[in-house]
Amino acid sequence: MNTFLSRVNTIFAFTLSVLAALTFGCFLTTVFNDNIAPVQIGTTKAAVKNVANFAASTREKNDLGQIAFDLHVDLAPLFNWNTKQLFLYMTAEYETANNKLNQVVLWDKIIKRGENSKLDFKSMNTKYYFFDDGNGLRGNKNVTLSLAWNVIPNAGTLPRVKGDGRYILKFPNEYRQ
Amino acid sequence: MGLFDFDFLNDVRRMNKRQLYYQFLNFGMIVSSALMIWKGLMVMTGSESPIVVVLSGSMEPAFFRGDLLFLTNYQEEPIRVGEIVVFKIEGREIPIVHRVIKLHEKETGEVKFLTKGDNNQVDDRGLYAPGQLWLQRKDVVGRARGFVPYVGMVTILMNDYPKFKYLILACLGIFVLIHRE
Repeated sequence: MNTFLSRVNTIFAFTLSVLAALTFGCFLTTVFNDNIAPVQIGTTKAAVKNVANFAASTREKNDLGQIAFDLHVDLAPLFNWNTKQLFLYMTAEYETANNKLNQVVLWDKIIKRGENSKLDFKSMNTKYYFFDDGNGLRGNKNVTLSLAWNVIPNAGTLPRVKGDGRYILKFPNEYRQ
Repeated sequence: MGLFDFDFLNDVRRMNKRQLYYQFLNFGMIVSSALMIWKGLMVMTGSESPIVVVLSGSMEPAFFRGDLLFLTNYQEEPIRVGEIVVFKIEGREIPIVHRVIKLHEKETGEVKFLTKGDNNQVDDRGLYAPGQLWLQRKDVVGRARGFVPYVGMVTILMNDYPKFKYLILACLGIFVLIHRE
């Protein structure tokens, strides 16, 4: 321990070990959180059109759902020292004749630690086009809207958690013109 | 650098043949242990690349360039919307880390999905191969399960400045060969 270089070497190695231990400790303190919160979802408009699927660049006509939704959720209890941000996404999940399971994200939001985490939206428009892979939305009486979030930590696991509450959406039997 | 040379080289001159062989063996042990750990991780997680470094800013502010991701690729776990998947486009080397936003699964289990980076305005159809509209299970290298910030910066530096990489490897090699434990 008497040359400058070996001292620097030891300090460097020690710093790295301490940082690694702290990071691991940070991960351990929050790994068992369940991160669930209650959610209220509703819709104020639900219609279906049948148009060429421009999002998938085909000439095929697919069902396009048009929805405006209400959302109420309080995510403040989910934020702790190890939460960097929450990635929220609202999913529509349903079954059609073509596919047994369809999941489409209609809207998403990033809430960073420190930002407002109590959301109360009324009649929000969806962010993304709700195209079906086929024509399975018209008359579909069982489309489940749910909110989920991906917890992004400062260091650790990346759990995806479904909010406690969902809404069953029913599309009309006629296309809207 | 003057003091540095003398200390180390004195050690080397004092070594006889057997100790030299021992040093090389030591070196070989370290390299093969590292290789075993890597291959072991590959088997345990089911992914061909269990640890990846985030290369672009398309997932900000969740992941920045230089962050490290731990992946698993268990085939029994179905892919669902909202998951962060690492995939490769056919014919291209670079893995992309984005989130699944649309998914259609048939009764047979055959699934097709669409991805988008959190920080991108549009979905990834522009990134896929020409004519490709959806990704399939086989394109997935792994799903992100854990994350550590900043640690991967070393890899990015070594890629951007190859001379730096050779310098580090050379220093490490010399250090292991010369240092007497």
